[in-house]
Amino acid sequence: MKLGSFIIRRLFLMLLVLFGVSVLVFVIAKVIPADPVGAILGGNAPIDLVEDMKRRLGLDKPLMNQFIDYMSGILRGDLGTSLKSNRPVAKDIANFFPATLELSICATFLSVVIGIFLGILSAVYRNKFIDHFARVFSILGVSMPVFWTGLLLLLLFYFRLGWLPGTGRLGLFVTPPTRYTGLYLLDSLLSLNFEAFKDALAHLVLPSIVLGYSAAASIARITRSSMLDVLRQDFIRTAKAKGIGKRLVIYRHALRNALIPVVTIIGLTFGGLLEGAVLTETIFGWPGLGRYIVNSLLLLDYPAIMGGTLFVAVIYSLVNLIVDIIYAALDPRMRI
Amino acid sequence: MVEKSETTISRWKPIIEDWKHTFYLWKRTKLAMIGTFIVIGFIVMAVFAPLLAPYDPIKTNLPERLKAPSKQHLFGTDQFGRDIFSRVIYGARIEVWIIFLVTVISGVIGVAVGVTAGYFGGVIDEILMRITDIFLAFPRLILAMALSAMLGRGLTNAILAISLVEWTVIARLARAEAMKVKSQPYIEAIKAVGASNFRVLIFHVLPMCLSPVLVQLTLRMGTIILTAAGLGFLGLGAQPPTPEWGAIVSDGRSYLVQQWWISTFPGLFIAVVVLGFNLLGDGIRDILDPRLRR
Repeated sequence: MKLGSFIIRRLFLMLLVLFGVSVLVFVIAKVIPADPVGAILGGNAPIDLVEDMKRRLGLDKPLMNQFIDYMSGILRGDLGTSLKSNRPVAKDIANFFPATLELSICATFLSVVIGIFLGILSAVYRNKFIDHFARVFSILGVSMPVFWTGLLLLLLFYFRLGWLPGTGRLGLFVTPPTRYTGLYLLDSLLSLNFEAFKDALAHLVLPSIVLGYSAAASIARITRSSMLDVLRQDFIRTAKAKGIGKRLVIYRHALRNALIPVVTIIGLTFGGLLEGAVLTETIFGWPGLGRYIVNSLLLLDYPAIMGGTLFVAVIYSLVNLIVDIIYAALDPRMRI
Repeated sequence: MVEKSETTISRWKPIIEDWKHTFYLWKRTKLAMIGTFIVIGFIVMAVFAPLLAPYDPIKTNLPERLKAPSKQHLFGTDQFGRDIFSRVIYGARIEVWIIFLVTVISGVIGVAVGVTAGYFGGVIDEILMRITDIFLAFPRLILAMALSAMLGRGLTNAILAISLVEWTVIARLARAEAMKVKSQPYIEAIKAVGASNFRVLIFHVLPMCLSPVLVQLTLRMGTIILTAAGLGFLGLGAQPPTPEWGAIVSDGRSYLVQQWWISTFPGLFIAVVVLGFNLLGDGIRDILDPRLRR
């Protein structure tokens, strides 16, 4: 299959799935809860208040009409109004998402650098100390609960040692940079606000480590096994026989081929970071999308819940699609 | 008579040899052994919780509140004077219960969907797999959170929510297995004899798909604990005073600086038990897949 038609097919499938996703979100938010208004107002609310709330939310209409309203809203980019903030959900998401994006990008960067580096080392020095170390590092990374490591690091580096700032994206006395993208690192550079840049960077360290650790662990494992596969192939032996230095063989010949499966894992971990972000953001008081969704769930603010989960699912699907396309471009066998 | 006993020997011998070989491989991988002992310890802890725990895990005892770890309270006490050690021990019961139910529910749904899709193929396969894709389009924890919150927060609904997220993995695996099995000649033979689709599916395809599914279910147990603890921590899973480990970690959050023990010990137990399951899982994978043994 040509790459072009592969992409078109996948895009079409994704649209189909996303339609299903919106249906599922609708079912979760509107069909499962027995009494959304009661959950918001409490059981003893006066009847006229309940009726008014129902009308305002469109809950007095038949389910089918509600569904049509909801779908046409999505197509217009209108995700409804949050019950708590009284702002359009789409606006809330636009406000909160950059924080999550910034955190995820930093965590991905960290995990890719550490993961690939450790993976290469442990493949090249198989069964040596560094390999055992990497194994322990990886298995701990996928075993420790994110929220627990987060709390312990916060306790150690913020409360006890005071080396790093605690919660939030910026210190209290630092003026936030002018908003261009919502990514503080980028914005502070663009507005030449270096104090904010330094502070934002310091605030990113702990959450990025917490979030990136488990991702680094899985990247290291995949890189190792993929490197081992490549290193025992004939062309590596040929390269060595030609007298090329070990370093060059590893980095120029082996790594390039070994990275194909790693690309997939990086994509998957980026998606996985969206979910790790929920816990990390809760611990570090990070004003991102994950915390927004958790808070809406705790308050049963269901327009916000629907909008938030739908948005996350769209991002997640897009990332997966991009990964598939890169993979197909790198390895034509995958285009089926 | 002699002939018969000979056939029994020859029938059992390879199986015994196989087990012996597995045991040998298991003994060779130290990490898998450690994992096995951790998991066994975890189950023993859950079963004998009432004997092991010195205090009631739920009853409050205000004069004893926020006590540091000591001989009376090995892991200290929380803001209600409850013994953290006892809560953690009883928590093992909750985690085992979660693992058990999620494994059963998601296993049943996953196998049913996967085997049906793989065996029948065509339109049925297409529909079932697109439904699976819809569930896979969400980050797992976020879907579990939403389901759990909307069903109503609590342990049972959290279990249901995690199961509704977990089944997709099993469904994909069972489908692939069913597709492999269905093209075997013996299935054709059974059909030629006149067995109905239903009969072939239940008695001949399904049993052949089970063993990889069981392995996969074991491999996922660590993840299940992490998801359940994550939900508990966020307040979207088991509700207080249930001694679910994630929920206890969350209890201790506001006391973290002075009373570090409330959050630290239950979190440590989550980490160790999940580590145990992961080591065991790695071991199982190594034993089953010789290509990875290097």
